[in-house]
Order: sequence, then C-alpha cells, then structure tokens
Amino acid sequence: MLYSEKVMEHFHNPRNVGELPDADGVGEVGNPVCGDMMKITIKVDDDHIQDIRFQTLGCGAAIATSSIVTEMARGMTLADAVAITKQEVAEELGGLPPAKMHCSVLATDGLKAAVDDFLVKHGREPIAGPIASNDPHFDPHAEEE
Amino acid sequence: MDRITYLDYAATTPVDERVVDAMLPFLAQRFGNPNSLYSLGRDAYTALEASRESVAASLGASHPSEVLFTSCGTESDNTALIGIASAMAERKGRHIVVSAFEHHAVLEPAHWLEKRGFSVTYLKPQTDGVIDPDALAEAMRDETCLVSIMHANNEIGTVQRIRALVEIAHARGAYFHTDACQTLGKMDFNVEDLGVDAASFSGHKIYAPKGTGVLYLRRGTRFQPYLMGGGQEFKKRSGTQNVAGAVAFATALRIMDEERPLEGPRLASLRDRLVSAVLEGIENTELNGSLTERLPNIANFIIKGVEGEAMLLQLDAKGISVSTGSACSSGSLEPSHVLLSIGCPPELAHGSLRVSIGRFTTEADIDYLVDCLTPIVERLRSMSPVYAKMFPASR
Repeated sequence: MLYSEKVMEHFHNPRNVGELPDADGVGEVGNPVCGDMMKITIKVDDDHIQDIRFQTLGCGAAIATSSIVTEMARGMTLADAVAITKQEVAEELGGLPPAKMHCSVLATDGLKAAVDDFLVKHGREPIAGPIASNDPHFDPHAEEE
Repeated sequence: MDRITYLDYAATTPVDERVVDAMLPFLAQRFGNPNSLYSLGRDAYTALEASRESVAASLGASHPSEVLFTSCGTESDNTALIGIASAMAERKGRHIVVSAFEHHAVLEPAHWLEKRGFSVTYLKPQTDGVIDPDALAEAMRDETCLVSIMHANNEIGTVQRIRALVEIAHARGAYFHTDACQTLGKMDFNVEDLGVDAASFSGHKIYAPKGTGVLYLRRGTRFQPYLMGGGQEFKKRSGTQNVAGAVAFATALRIMDEERPLEGPRLASLRDRLVSAVLEGIENTELNGSLTERLPNIANFIIKGVEGEAMLLQLDAKGISVSTGSACSSGSLEPSHVLLSIGCPPELAHGSLRVSIGRFTTEADIDYLVDCLTPIVERLRSMSPVYAKMFPASR
C-alpha cells in the first residue's frame, strides 16, 4: 500500500489544524472504536465558508483527507461544500489506496455535519443528507472496489 | 535524513555478513543437486547434512532426520498443523486446540481445518499474554489430536511455559506443536526439555535469508506430507533442497547460540532502557504483556490517544522503522487480534507501537527513537479532537 506524494505532503504539513473558538458550525464524526475521529469548525459569512479548522485522530490518510477538504471548502458556498464527494477528495490528493477510501468519507462527513450544525442553529433546514460515518452500522468497506 | 534506525527485528533481520560468506559458495560454484551421485552432488549433500546435524544439535533433537528444511516459518506451521491433524483425524479425532493469539500462519490452517470437519478451540491468553495451563487442561477432549501454542508471541513478546502445556496435551494423547519463529536463538530451545513433537522456525528472524525455514518433527510423529514428489527430506517434504539456504540457516543459528550468553542480557538491558524511557517520559502509555515472561527483544506499547499508522509514518520520516497493531496499517479495519485477545480495547489497540531490537541495535538507537517519539506523540495528540477530553488532567 502506497500513499501518493500529495497525501504524504498533507499528512506531514496539514493545513488548517485546530479549532475556531467562536465557530458558527461544529461537525464531529467517527467513533474511537473504529479508530478515526474528526471535528471540523467553520465560520460562515453570507452562506460562504469564510474560515475552517479541523482536528483528527486517525491514520495518515485520515489526516491528509481532513487537511485537503478544509482547503477545498474554504470560500465555498454551503451548498457547494456539502456537495464535495469522497471521490473528489481522493482525486484532489492524487488518489487513495482502496483500503483508505473510507477516510475521505470521514472528511466529507465532518464538513457536512458542520454545515448542518450551522443551519440548524439558525433555524434553517439541514441540507447535507445522512452522515454515513455517524451511523453505527456504517460499513466503510461497503463501496470498495 | 540519511540515517536508518531499524527497530523491527521481529518482522525480519538483515542477513549477517558471516552468513552470506558461508552460503555464497553454494550458489554459483558448489551448486550440485544434493540428490545426485557424482562428486558435485555429494559435495552439496555433505554440506546439507552437516547443516542438518548442526541444527539438530542446537535443538537437542535425538536424530538429524527430525530436522526438515522448509521454505519459511509459514510453511513449517502450515504443514505441521495440516499434516499432523490429517494423519491423526481417523486415529484420534477431529479436534485441535490453538491459542487465540497465534500468528496467522497457524490460525489460517486452523480455520481451513475447521471448514473441513475439524472443531477448533481458540484458547484465550490471560491479560498478561500468558496461557494458563489449567485453561488448556479444560479445553482438552478425548478426540483432541493436536495442540499448537506459540513459544513467544510475535507482537507482544510474551513467552509460554511450553513444558507444562506439553504435559497436559500428552496426558490426553495429543501431539504438541509450537511456533517458535520468534524464540529460536534468542532463548534456550531444547526439544527434549520442552517435550514438543513439532516446532516451526524461520531463517529470516535469525539473520539468515528470507525463504528459509525448519520444521522439527519428532521421530514417529504421524504426519501427512504436503509436498509430494522426489521424496526428499525423508519423504516428508519433497523438492530439491535449498542447500545455500540450509547452510545459511545452520550458520545463523550457530552464531545466535554462540553469542547468546552476551547478546541476551545486552538486548534485555536495551529493552528495559526503552520501556522505562517510554513509560516515564510519555504520559498515558502502557506496556502490553507480562513484564517478566517475555523475550529480551520485543516491547509493545499502547500510546493512548494516538493512531498507530500516523505515528509509524512520522517515525519513518525520521528514518525509524517500527510497527503497529493499528487497523489502518493492516489493510483490514480490525486492530491486532493479538492485542484484542489479551483484552486490549480496540480504541487503544489502534495506538499500539511494537519496537523489536536485535544484533545491530545500539543504545544510541534507543535514545534516538525516544527523542523522536516524544514530540511526535505530543503533536498527534494536539491534533486529536478527543485527547484533551479523554485525559483532561494531562493538558
């Protein structure tokens, strides 16, 4: 199993690590038994993601996908942010080993959860749809080729 | 980063230069088939049998023909389990006992036998990584034909009291096999003292090349060969012998035996230095497995609140090679079956770190590892969304 150069680059130099103290939306996904946990905090301005930070407990791919998804989402509208797919995350990183595709689910789910948290806090309808990795029956291998 | 600090000797070892020197002539010059009658063949035969005698003497075997050269530890394990169980099914019964934390080279043939009509008891070790002889006694049945329990565990390094376990198996008329890939050369291994009927060994764990192994099979032990053909290795393992590999294995074992009186205590003291440095220097860490019943060269830690693969990759960036029982390193999503078997919760097993040292490890290597590990753990914990919540006192 080999990671691409870009995965390793993001793993060793992750962008946007930390927690925004006065976040407008907070997304927490994963569970410690499966090993990976992720938290995303966002600042929202005019339905755009103005600032974003992440914290991740997980493997190299989990940290790299978290890092890249924060870069992709920054400046996006909320609707565009929740539409980022795990495939787009993996492509942006120059590909992921098949056994690690589920890590990009964690990253996109963290972002979706943060956006919905913002919307719900403001009395609006959530737009992200179901959060796969918060489902106790989530099978990360289900969609692997 | 030019420096390579190799601390994964339980995975494999470099071939010792003295072993290379001993085996090289048997590749291009003294290349005869040991089964040929002319002088080139006799020369190879002589070298092969001298190697066998040397290994037999080291193991305390009563006859050299009890030593079979194989291609690896996995082959030895596979053929011991399937060969003995197949030969004994009709005579004794279709039940075998293995420990739950065996290497996959034992667990997989056990599963294979299970699919073919055998019942298998997977014996759980105690939380200190030691098998309770009473638990084995309870697991034994009239139809138990084989017990296979590893001598030392490859992940946590705990050592079993084989003699006591063998007596229990023999009292019920079952054969006893032990996977001793991790112990050979590192502690006394005498088949008479231990009483085992079969034992598996690997060359590349003792500074011989990969692709070499030995199966010890006590004379008279019922055994159905897997490799059938020209009848080499006393009809128990056909195939033209790897003469250079046999010479390498015997030479490597001789060096292990000669150096053990000094090397054993040296490794144990390096391991102790490492264990105290980690447990005292990095908060929220634990050592897996018994403190006393263990090999001198393996230490396995739980680094709480850190994922093992991330730790491994960051150490690799510093030139350090270690391993982890994290699910993410294995390709499956299950953390190490060894750690789970000793009662380690999965969320902690993801943060395991195995350090295994050997012939070329120095005090400076241990200190370098600790110097690198400390900030890496701190950084990964600071990136975690849950560490501060899990261990509020430590922040």
